[in-house]
Amino acid sequence: MPNIPVTAGRARLSLRARQFLQKLRHGDEVAHLITLLAAASIIVVTVMLVYQLYINSILPRHKFGFEFFLGRTWDPVSGDFGALPFIYGTLVSSALALLVAVPLGVGAAIFLSELAPPRVSNYLTFVIELLAAVPSVIYGVLGIFILVPVLRSAVMPFLKHTLGFLPLFKGPIYGVSMLAGGLVLALMIVPYIISVSREVLLAVPVEQREAALGLGATKWESTWQVVVPFARVGIMASVFLALARALGETMAVTMVIGNDPKISASLFAPAYSIAAVIANEFTEATGDLYLQALIELGLVLFLVTIVINGLARLVIMATTQKGTSQA
Amino acid sequence: MSLRIRWRKLVNVVMLSLTGVCALLTVSVLFVILGYLLWYGSKSLDWAFFTRLPAPVGEAGGGMANAIVGSGKLLLLASLIGIPFGLLAGVYLAEFGGKTFSFLVRYTTDLLNGVPSIVTGIFAYTVIVIPMKHFSTLAGGLALGVMMIPIAVRTTEESLRAVPRVLREGALALGASKWKTVATVVMPAAMRGIVTGIMLTLARVAGETAPLLFTALGNRFWSPGWNQPIASLPVMIYEYALSAYDDWHRQAWAAGLVLLALVLITNVGARLVVSRGISFRRA
Amino acid sequence: MRTNTSEDARPAERAGGTASPWPADVKMRATSVDFYYGGRQALHTINLQVPTGRITALIGPSGCGKTTFLRILNRMYETVPQARPEGEVLLDGEDIFSLDVVNLRRRVGMVFQKPNPFPKSIFDNIAYGLRINGMGSKSTLAEAVEKSLRRAALWEEVKDSLHKSAYALSGGQQQRLCIARALAVGPEVLLLDEPCSALDPIATAKIEELLFNLKDLCTMVIVTHNMQQAARAADFTGFFLMGRLIEFNKTEIIFKTPAKKETEDYITGRFG
Repeated sequence: MPNIPVTAGRARLSLRARQFLQKLRHGDEVAHLITLLAAASIIVVTVMLVYQLYINSILPRHKFGFEFFLGRTWDPVSGDFGALPFIYGTLVSSALALLVAVPLGVGAAIFLSELAPPRVSNYLTFVIELLAAVPSVIYGVLGIFILVPVLRSAVMPFLKHTLGFLPLFKGPIYGVSMLAGGLVLALMIVPYIISVSREVLLAVPVEQREAALGLGATKWESTWQVVVPFARVGIMASVFLALARALGETMAVTMVIGNDPKISASLFAPAYSIAAVIANEFTEATGDLYLQALIELGLVLFLVTIVINGLARLVIMATTQKGTSQA
Repeated sequence: MSLRIRWRKLVNVVMLSLTGVCALLTVSVLFVILGYLLWYGSKSLDWAFFTRLPAPVGEAGGGMANAIVGSGKLLLLASLIGIPFGLLAGVYLAEFGGKTFSFLVRYTTDLLNGVPSIVTGIFAYTVIVIPMKHFSTLAGGLALGVMMIPIAVRTTEESLRAVPRVLREGALALGASKWKTVATVVMPAAMRGIVTGIMLTLARVAGETAPLLFTALGNRFWSPGWNQPIASLPVMIYEYALSAYDDWHRQAWAAGLVLLALVLITNVGARLVVSRGISFRRA
Repeated sequence: MRTNTSEDARPAERAGGTASPWPADVKMRATSVDFYYGGRQALHTINLQVPTGRITALIGPSGCGKTTFLRILNRMYETVPQARPEGEVLLDGEDIFSLDVVNLRRRVGMVFQKPNPFPKSIFDNIAYGLRINGMGSKSTLAEAVEKSLRRAALWEEVKDSLHKSAYALSGGQQQRLCIARALAVGPEVLLLDEPCSALDPIATAKIEELLFNLKDLCTMVIVTHNMQQAARAADFTGFFLMGRLIEFNKTEIIFKTPAKKETEDYITGRFG
C-alpha cells in the first residue's frame, strides 16, 4: 500500500493561497467584492441619511433643546419654533386612522381567511393589494374633491346635531379637518392591515378551529375566541406596520388636514402633521434656523417610524419563527 | 331551542355578515377610486394633455407633456441608481454573504424600506440640493432611486434563493466558476421574479410625490439635461388639485387618471407574471 | 481495500512522491481520506483506486458516506460551508486539491440524483459547458451538441426539437440530457450520483445501457443504492458503511464471495 505523508501545515496554507488566486482568476473574488460593495453601500446610505438629518438640525437643537417638542407656537417670522402642534396632529390623525382601520381591516381579514372560498378570497386579496398600490396623491385628490365636500355638507352637520355635546364634534365646520385627515389615512392603511392579518389568520392550524367547533362552538365563536386570539400577536404586528405608514404618510394628509398649527380638541378643526408641514414649508423656509427646524421634524419622524417598524418586525420574526401566539 | 342557543346563532350570523361587510367596504374603495377617476378623468383628458406644455397661470388649456416626460426621466434616473445597487446587493445576500454582515444588510434594508418618503426627500435635499444650491432632476432621481433599493434587494434575494440548488451544482459540475454560474444559470432562472419585483417598485415610486417636492421641485417648461428643476405627474397633480382654478382641477383629474392607470397596469402586469409562476418542472 | 490491478502503484512526481510513473490503469486514487462536516466526521481513512475506463460502483445504506465521497472527487463538497476533507486524492497523479477547481470539474464531470436541466433549450443545455469554457466556435458548437446527444442516445428523440425547453422532456430523457451535457465538455471521469433513483425501470435500463457504451469514452464512478444495478453495470464495487470503505473489489467477487461479514449481510439483504 503506497503511503504519502501529507505535510499538513505548509500544504494547507499554500493551498488556500492557491485557491484564492484561482478564484481571483475566474472572477469569483471580483464578483464577491463588487456585490459586497453594493450591499455595504446600503448601510452607508442609511447611515448617511441619519447623519445628514442629524447635522442639518443642529441649530434648533442648540437653541431650543427639548423645548422644541413642547413649544406650541410655530412662528417663522419671529424665529420661534415649537413642534407640539405637529406632533399632536400626527399622533391624533394616526390614532383616528387606526380606530377606523383596525376593526375594518381585521373584520375583512377574518372574512377573507375564514369565510370566503379560496378563489374569492384570492381575488379580493388581489384587489386589496392593488388598493395598497394607489399613489398617495390620488387619495389626496379624492379626499379633497369627494370626501371633504361630503364631510362638510352631510357627515359633520349630522355629527354636530346628534353628538354635538361632545367636545370632539364642536366648532365651525370647514371640511378640511383632523377628521378628514384621519379618514383618508384609515383608507390608506386598511390594505396593509388586511394583507398581513389575513396571512397570520391563515397560518392558524386547522386543528384549532376544529377543536372549537367540535366542542359545539358556532363559526363566529370559534373564530373570535380561538382563531383570533391565536393570531393576535401577528395582528398586532400588522397594526404596528400600518401605524408606521400612517405616521409617515404625507401627501394625502397634507391635502385634507387643513394645515393649521393649532391644538384643538375638536375633530372638525383643521390641524397639521409633521410630514405635512415639511411638505408645505420646506421650499419656502427662509433662513437656516427655519429650514433646520423642519429637518429636525424630519429626524423625529424618522426615529418614530423606525422604532415602530422595528417593533413590528421583531414581533413578526418572533411569531413566524415559533409559529404560536406566545410571545 | 333554548333562548341561549338562539342568541348564539344570531350573534354568529350578525358578526359573520359584518366581516363580509368590512371586506366589501374595503374592496369597494378601489372601485370608488377607479370610478371617480374614470368619470372625471376621462371627461378631462384630451390630446393637448399629452402634447402641450402647461398654459400660463390662470389661463385655461395647455397640457402636461413636460410632466409626463419629466416623470419618465426621473424614473430612468431612479432605475439607474436603484436597480444596479438592488440587484448586486440581492446577489450578495443570496450567493456570497456571510452570516453577520448579511444580517446587518438585511436589517438596514428593512429600515430603509420603512423610512417615510418625505424623509428620503430631505436626505436628497441635503446631499444634492444644498451643495449644488439649486433643485434638480438629479436630486429627484436620487430620492426615488434610494426608495427603490430595498424592494429591489429583497425581491432579488428571494428570487435567487428560490432557484433550486441542483441547478447551481449542475453548472458548477460543468466547470463553471461561481460567478458564471450565478450570471448564466441562476440569474436567468430567477429573472421572472426579479423583473416582477422591479416593476412593482417602479410602480410605487412612480406615484411618489413627497420626496420630489423639494428635490425635483417642478417646472412649467421643458427641463433639458439633468441639472434643472423638472416637472413630474404626481407633483403636478398635487399643485393643480390645490389650486384655485377649475381648469387646473380638470387637469388634475386627467393626470390622476393617467398616473393611476400606469401604476395599476404595471401592478396587474407584474402580478400576472408572478401568478404564471416560476416553475422549474415545466416551462 | 484496493484493486488487484495496481499493487505497485506509486504517486507521480508532481504529487511530491517518488519518481516512478503513474500507472495507466489507475485514473484516480484516494489515500487516507477523512471528511468532516463542521465537527462531525463523515468519512474515515478511505483508500480507494478508480480504475481507468471502467465503471466503479459505490454501494451502501443511505448515510454511509458514498455520496460524500463522490462529491470529494470533483470537489463539489465545497458548496457546503464548513465541509473539510483531509488526506490525498490524485487524478492522473495530480493532487486534485491543488488543481484549479474549474479545471478539475471540467475533467471530472458529474450527473446528479435528480435530472437538473437548466431552464433553457435542449441545445443551450448541451452547449452551456462548451460556451462557458470557451470551447468551440459557433459552427463547431452545433456539431459538438449533436455528437454529445448521439453519445447519450438522445439524438434521435430530440433532433427536431433542439430549441424547445428542456423541461418538455420526460424524466428519463432529462437525465440522458444531463449526461450528454456532462459529456459535451469531454470529461475524463464521470461521476454519477444515483442517476436513476428518480426514474422508472425502462428509463433506468436505457441509462444503464448508455453507461455501458460510454466506457471507452471515460472512466465512471456511480453511486447507487440499487444493488442489482451495481451488479449489472459495474466492473468494480466498493461497499461503504458508516463512513468507512468496508470492501472494494471486482464486482463479481463482492457479490459472490465477499471477504467481510458486513458486506455479505448487506448484499444478502440482512440489513440496510
